[in-house]
Amino acid sequence: MKMEDDAMPDMSVEIAGVRLKNPVMTASGTFGSGQEFSEFIDLNRLGAVVTKGVASVPWPGNPTPRICETPSGMLNAIGLQNPGVETFRERDLKFLEQFDTRVVVNVCGHSVAEYVDCVEKLADAKRADLLEINISCPNVKEGGIAFGTDPRGVEEITAAIKKAAKQPVIMKLSPNVTDIAEIARAAEAGGADGLSMINTITGMKIDIRRRTYALANRTGGLSGPAIHPIAVRMVYQCAQAVNIPIIGMGGITDAESALEMIMAGATAVSVGTANFHDQTTTLRVVEGIRDYMEQYHVESIRDLIGCVR
Amino acid sequence: MAEKFREQGVVLSNGQIGTGIFDLKLKTDKIAAAAKPGQFVSIYSNDKSRLLPRPISICGADSETGELRLTFRVAGKGTEEFSRLAAGEKVDLVGPLGNGFPLERAFATDDSRNCADRDGAAESVGVKGRRVFLIGGGIGIPPMVQLAKTLTERAQAAGDTAASAGSPETFQASAGSQAAGANAVGFQAAPFITSVLGFRDELFLVDDLKPYGDVVIATEDGSCGTKGNVLDAIREKNLKADVIYACGPTPMLRALKKYAEETGTECWLSLEEKMACGIGACLSCVCRSTEVDGHSKVKNKRVCTEGPVFRSTDIEL
Repeated sequence: MKMEDDAMPDMSVEIAGVRLKNPVMTASGTFGSGQEFSEFIDLNRLGAVVTKGVASVPWPGNPTPRICETPSGMLNAIGLQNPGVETFRERDLKFLEQFDTRVVVNVCGHSVAEYVDCVEKLADAKRADLLEINISCPNVKEGGIAFGTDPRGVEEITAAIKKAAKQPVIMKLSPNVTDIAEIARAAEAGGADGLSMINTITGMKIDIRRRTYALANRTGGLSGPAIHPIAVRMVYQCAQAVNIPIIGMGGITDAESALEMIMAGATAVSVGTANFHDQTTTLRVVEGIRDYMEQYHVESIRDLIGCVR
Repeated sequence: MAEKFREQGVVLSNGQIGTGIFDLKLKTDKIAAAAKPGQFVSIYSNDKSRLLPRPISICGADSETGELRLTFRVAGKGTEEFSRLAAGEKVDLVGPLGNGFPLERAFATDDSRNCADRDGAAESVGVKGRRVFLIGGGIGIPPMVQLAKTLTERAQAAGDTAASAGSPETFQASAGSQAAGANAVGFQAAPFITSVLGFRDELFLVDDLKPYGDVVIATEDGSCGTKGNVLDAIREKNLKADVIYACGPTPMLRALKKYAEETGTECWLSLEEKMACGIGACLSCVCRSTEVDGHSKVKNKRVCTEGPVFRSTDIEL
């Protein structure tokens, strides 16, 4: 579709004072730090790159098999393998310096002290625009989800991280709770600048040929289109419950699934598992949203955020 | 970093060559021309409820025609779908992926080794070709076909160059000064290839390997060749190698790693692991490494990116 530059719909959004050229980001853990995908797509066209979870020191992750496919989805139990924040800063953030996109650094830890340590080590990292705090990983025994399922714990860890962080703090929430709105309110009360949701849903697959768990970790996190309606529902619930921006994720594969999330209340969206299926998914989503806006004469994407109430 | 391509392959033919074993030939635009032995491709399901690509090793790649040959075993719903692909149908591919077998190791010179027991061909020009085992277990055999073909072609190209370069003395002198150059195989001696193939019972791809050297067979049920596994066959026939390239089930690779250590043989193993992205981003397909890896900063290496072929001494199995 041909349009004059000044007639292009405005796709920019703002999260905690950080402007994104469009609302399409990558979901942590599915995109590395962008280097591998930069062979297939132009990272400059993304609203933001969300990097794989990084901790204060290197983590070895879980035994293999770490993933398996499920209908319209997959289970993963990587176990937050990461090279540690020092290497991450020197190598990964340095790589991202060359691109005109926002960088959201996902942070993980086993304890409040470890999260705080990592956040402090990122304090003077200029390339880190936002921090996304993973308190929802279902695949590590300590930390991760243990912090994300109790409202009081969520508020406390959010407050501790906010105190140490120099960048705005986005808390990444787990769907493995009874009332996600309650958790969202706790994060907001702790001072969170935004929410990311949803992390994966705990699941299990049995390998009937081997008569054992398909994953070495026994359980894993379910992602992909299979969880999209759950994610939309939870984003919607939290959008009604809090006044901070929400980054929506869970099964986004195309413009339609992204727009659903935005209309339910997400300011931006993250594409995750679909990157494995098609390395160019993020760009298809950007183009698809633009096409929709042109077709329906939407001047600003911001007019669509939370338009369904 | 080698270039990777995402493209649609067009099925040229697809046939069953054993129980659950299929031989798929695809026309590709760029992948076949870029593919090296031991690399793999990600092949995507046309059923969009199956999100993840299947990593399949390359059995053949013709850089001139663009034909890519994938020989695979049906192991689940995805490969079952690929077994039903018919000529003219299209399928999404990404590749070539990973690092192939280090071909130059088959041409490396080793002056210390005694070649007295070698037959005439190499002796006549005074060059010591390395004894190379290509060991394939079951569905680990396909990449050995492309490896055998490529090693042979390189040796022939080297021989042609040597012949046109002049006397055998020139040939020998050059060979001695060109140890292990990555692509510098120009004047080096042709390797002596022995394919050692392990099967449960039914044979496949044996004829594809025969043109390139001796083929030794082991079957679990003893219906052909040595009764037992590939190592049983190697021991029974008292075979020895200077370098081993292998692909197959983990127990076989584990045994070969041990054998290589015991005999002091250089050994390269191609591993298999469940993958999600295939390009190094998701960290699903790691194997354990003996030393801290430069990328991961832990004792893990990505099979898709640092592998799938590893020096046996660099990994734990």
